Amino acid sequence: MIATIELAIPAVVGIATEPDLLRVRTVLRQHAVAAGFGIVDQTKLVTAGSELARNILRYASGSHADLSVEAVQNGDRTGLRAVFADDGPGIADVDAALGDGFSTGGTLGLGLPGARRLVDDFDIVTAPGAGTRVTITKWKR
Amino acid sequence: MSGAVPIMRIGGNVLISLQGDLDDTTVVAIESAIMREVSRSRTTGTLIDVSGLAMVDSFIARVIARMAAMTRLLGAETVIVGIQPAVAITLVEMGVSMVDLHTALNAEQGIAMLQRLREGTAAISAEAAMSTPVVR
Repeated sequence: MIATIELAIPAVVGIATEPDLLRVRTVLRQHAVAAGFGIVDQTKLVTAGSELARNILRYASGSHADLSVEAVQNGDRTGLRAVFADDGPGIADVDAALGDGFSTGGTLGLGLPGARRLVDDFDIVTAPGAGTRVTITKWKR
Repeated sequence: MSGAVPIMRIGGNVLISLQGDLDDTTVVAIESAIMREVSRSRTTGTLIDVSGLAMVDSFIARVIARMAAMTRLLGAETVIVGIQPAVAITLVEMGVSMVDLHTALNAEQGIAMLQRLREGTAAISAEAAMSTPVVR
């Protein structure tokens, strides 16, 4: 009898405290490796996730927030989709927040625009008081 | 993140090796430790080895750039060595500018660069001294 051992990589990671930043990076790296991403794409995905998770810790702290990861397929292409969702205060001016150097937190302001440039698809749904949901997709090359 | 940050002295330079997965609190703690060491040792050269970092996001990059700027105020040049190729590509695509930083491939080349920077600074000081008008 052949036993199949499935190494379970978590599909959902809660984002509430700083150690969760490390868990987000670790889990995204594991998914990227399992999906067969090369080292550059692994690094881009993990870095984008780190930016988005930090945004949640910084601007939506105390809210219920998590990362969920799933494998996606489109024809011959395979990839990973990661959703960063929080029920925090939301973003009033999304266009400004997506521009370089916009920051209300005294940082470089590269979180959202930086993450956007590192992935293939980037989608953000947010409104004041309605939380923020950022979906990123990276396809395997 | 556990453990102390290894800070080494090599021939008058301070060498710091960043390793593992660093959370923000740890990065800021390392920054403080480096500033204390540079100030205490009165070194003129600091090497920050980032070859052990598999990921450098905009926060970590910002703290590294800030460390280089602050050590310069204390009279020390800083060279960042060992940036992983995937990390370099990611930083460039993300739009993080590290052009103000001195970088080198590895610690050996980094030390050579610090030596050149010191000689360059000495040459500039000598030139400035020679061109200083003599007030009679």
